[in-house]
Amino acid sequence: MDLPLILFWFYGSVLLASALAVVLVRNPVHAALFLVLAFFSAAALWILLYAEFLALTLVLVYVGAVMVLFLFVVMMLDINLERLREGFWKSLPLALLVGVLMAAEMVALVLRGGGPGPAPAVPAGSNTRALGEVIYTDYVFPFEIAAVILLVAIVAAIALTLRQRKETKYQDPGRQLAVHAGDRLKIVKMAPETTVRRAGEGAE
Amino acid sequence: MIPLEHFLVLGALLFAISVVGIFMNRKNLIVLLMAIELMLLAVNMNFIAFSHARGDLSGQVFVFFILTVAAAESAIGLAILVALFRNLRSIHVDDLGSLKG
Repeated sequence: MDLPLILFWFYGSVLLASALAVVLVRNPVHAALFLVLAFFSAAALWILLYAEFLALTLVLVYVGAVMVLFLFVVMMLDINLERLREGFWKSLPLALLVGVLMAAEMVALVLRGGGPGPAPAVPAGSNTRALGEVIYTDYVFPFEIAAVILLVAIVAAIALTLRQRKETKYQDPGRQLAVHAGDRLKIVKMAPETTVRRAGEGAE
Repeated sequence: MIPLEHFLVLGALLFAISVVGIFMNRKNLIVLLMAIELMLLAVNMNFIAFSHARGDLSGQVFVFFILTVAAAESAIGLAILVALFRNLRSIHVDDLGSLKG
């Protein structure tokens, strides 16, 4: 048993255990933290597969950005855990049935599907460089579409969560720019006032 | 070295676990989103294992795009969740029946 295989068993078991914890624990904050552990173990497994760039991307993008977003949202919402957990164990038999059946089918298919192929060659050189050379040549158009998707996601997320508070006073730049000098100050011509003296004030 | 089947079985088990999670957390939108992330992770694991086994980088490029789309999806999903919580003060799935579908 060589070292990569031992590492595979270690990270694989950590991955499966933390995935189980994600779906079973009571507190969503703990679930998010277990999801972080699952992503870390998966990144380690990807490094065993010589996919260093994607492993680091998984840690940076998922653990660094998406999971922090999850934690923010979970901590911001004031949720009633008791109500969310009702019927949790009641659906266990059906869930186990479907899950075990699905896992058994897929594992049987994988294990029966032919013998081991040729031993994979260890890729030479930098994985990041090789991936970049493919992405910026053959996959340029999908890459740009991915950028547009991210832009749409930014706009959508901001548009969904932005709201104007009624009680806050804010400036509207559009209306500020649209104003003319004549709207601000108006000079009116009027006849000179004639002083009207009341009876009491005349003594001074 | 590690055989390909090991990674495929791992991906299958991870996918099955997240299906179980979707069945059991039907009321909780946050954990539903997390289970979807786990599913995508299982799929990515298969893609990278095949990419390594066949010596073809296209699998890794596909994983790259899946990561992009999944990040966008979870950002929009969480934004919808926040908007929902503002209006209903709850993220219980049973409360989301305003469309009467």
